[in-house]
Amino acid sequence: MGALLEVKNLKVQFNTLEGVVQAVNGVSFIVEKGKTLGIVGESGCGKSVTVLSVMRLIAEPPGKISSGEVLFEGKDLLKIDKIHMQNIRGQEIAMVFQDPMTSLNPVLTIGKQISEAIIVHQHVSNEEAFKQTVNLLELVGIPQAEARYNDFPHQFSGGMRQRVMIAMGLSCNPSLLIADEPTTSLDVTIQAQIVELTKSLQSKFGMSVIWITHDLGVIAEIADRVIVMYAGYIVEEADVFSIFENPVHPYTLSLLKSLPRVDSRRYERLAIIPGSPPDCIHMPAGCPFMVRCGFAIERCGVENPLLEIVEDDHKAACWVDVKNGRAE
Amino acid sequence: MVRYIIRRLLQAIPLLFIISIMIFILLQSSGDPLATMGGRRTTRPEDRARLSRIMGLDQPIYLQYVYWLIGNDWVQIDVDNDGTPDTYGQRKGVLRGDFGNSLVNRGKTALELINERLPNTLVLMIPAEIIILFFSLVVGIYSALRQYSLTDQLITTGSFIGFSMPIFFVALASMYIFAVNFRKWGLPYLPTVGMFDPKVGKTFGQVATHMILPIFSMSLVSISGYSRFVRSQMLEVISQDYIRTAYAKGLSERMVLIGHALKNAAIPFVTLVGIDIPFLLGGAVITETIFGWPGMGRLFIDHLTRYDTPVVMGILMLISLAVVICQLLTDIVYGWLDPRIRYN
Repeated sequence: MGALLEVKNLKVQFNTLEGVVQAVNGVSFIVEKGKTLGIVGESGCGKSVTVLSVMRLIAEPPGKISSGEVLFEGKDLLKIDKIHMQNIRGQEIAMVFQDPMTSLNPVLTIGKQISEAIIVHQHVSNEEAFKQTVNLLELVGIPQAEARYNDFPHQFSGGMRQRVMIAMGLSCNPSLLIADEPTTSLDVTIQAQIVELTKSLQSKFGMSVIWITHDLGVIAEIADRVIVMYAGYIVEEADVFSIFENPVHPYTLSLLKSLPRVDSRRYERLAIIPGSPPDCIHMPAGCPFMVRCGFAIERCGVENPLLEIVEDDHKAACWVDVKNGRAE
Repeated sequence: MVRYIIRRLLQAIPLLFIISIMIFILLQSSGDPLATMGGRRTTRPEDRARLSRIMGLDQPIYLQYVYWLIGNDWVQIDVDNDGTPDTYGQRKGVLRGDFGNSLVNRGKTALELINERLPNTLVLMIPAEIIILFFSLVVGIYSALRQYSLTDQLITTGSFIGFSMPIFFVALASMYIFAVNFRKWGLPYLPTVGMFDPKVGKTFGQVATHMILPIFSMSLVSISGYSRFVRSQMLEVISQDYIRTAYAKGLSERMVLIGHALKNAAIPFVTLVGIDIPFLLGGAVITETIFGWPGMGRLFIDHLTRYDTPVVMGILMLISLAVVICQLLTDIVYGWLDPRIRYN
């Protein structure tokens, strides 16, 4: 299947009082039709900024997409006009946000918040939009959907609100759904439900999904391909099996080690990654992960490695061959 | 909801009592209404004593309050102080709708004076408030949307200057420009004082042209303050996650602003307006004085300086009642704007 979305060399920066924050530094990836791309990385690594740039929801100023292309079905979204972009948002590409507590408008009913997108994009009557909204609410598993149409967000639990957000995202049957840490603020059982729900809806509608998370467990559940981001760079990219079975980048390796495992011994402490990510205003000259990396060699401090093919479809940005313990 | 409103109104009764007691004591302790009653001549001591017995000013302050509240037609008054009561009191008291006679403006009741002035004040203040609210919203929202643009900087600077200028300066400056100098330059000029030209009479056109300068002065100062408030409220709301969600749905900027942002930003603004509206009844003391507008503000200040307790009490109680009602209305509007607020 072909590419639905192709991001090429995307660079995003923010002008702040302290200086220019290089949030995304030349990110390229492809989302295939009907497939799920997972983006992993710790807070502040540029995951959200990347997808917000795809939606052109970065506030300018202070933000600025300084270079790159975002090809959606062949069109560069960074070049089309405002009205055209409004038609794509919600209709072609929909987004589900991280915190369902703050991402829904507290003073409007959820019915209104879902149906307005339907009315805007499909130009249907209020009655038709109401019917479709109730169907969507049933689809995402909200009981007594019709009765809850006129309820406000504060009358729903966190998980239910995220279901409402997903219903909103699905309202116009988009070809790409971007989920920006949709399960982060939910407890584990609800997380699992939301992941299952998304998977079943994906197979039903055949849409592509970009799923952002810092939870590798969720990635294993949902993703076909995985991108690992660090300090605004993609450091490793592979299909989901290779990432878990055959990680190449030291950062991915450390992430996997810091994952709790059911079969680990009870009193064993989880591995941590020492230090913190670099200051994106004053980026180090070499590899941004170097100071925290156990494998670092001299070259890492001088030159930042590019994302290169390691084998078949597996890319990584590292000077060191981690598996064999020698520099490439 | 109905129960809530009834409960709030019942709660207002003791509140109004306490307010009236406090104002009454302060007023009665602040000066002597008899002092200016003789005009340029000094009042003879025996006349003063007789007047103060007629008006009940010789009584202890708590009795004076009781008379104000429930009247003194059940009390016999010894006007000539010879030991035998001559007549019953004339007052019916506030609870029976009698706010008493004006001490200064003899022959008129306090309510008559207020009734004469209140329409004049409302004619001036209601259009002023509508203009103020409309332009504060427009200017504030515009400047929030174009934050740090040249227009925003100009508006911010302008409103800072407008807000810093005292109203009497704005009023006099506007008179100087639009009345004095425009006339000098042969341009159509605006009148400075009064509600209408006595030679023409109280026509719609006359009153409207006389309103322009006072409304302009009041609006300039108020819009400057309010629009800053609206701007900061809007800025706070448009940085919220749900506004981003609304944009992500593909709504246009106008739909996001009017459908999603404004209702959220309006909540604190309603508070501010709810506090201000009751004072419209009181008129604008400085503006009315400078522009010679025969409204409540001037009535208040004229009668306060001559210690005319019945009239001043009447005005203050009217405003207190309006405050109570407006606060209730504000709370009801809150419930409509923000569904998280419940009344039980």
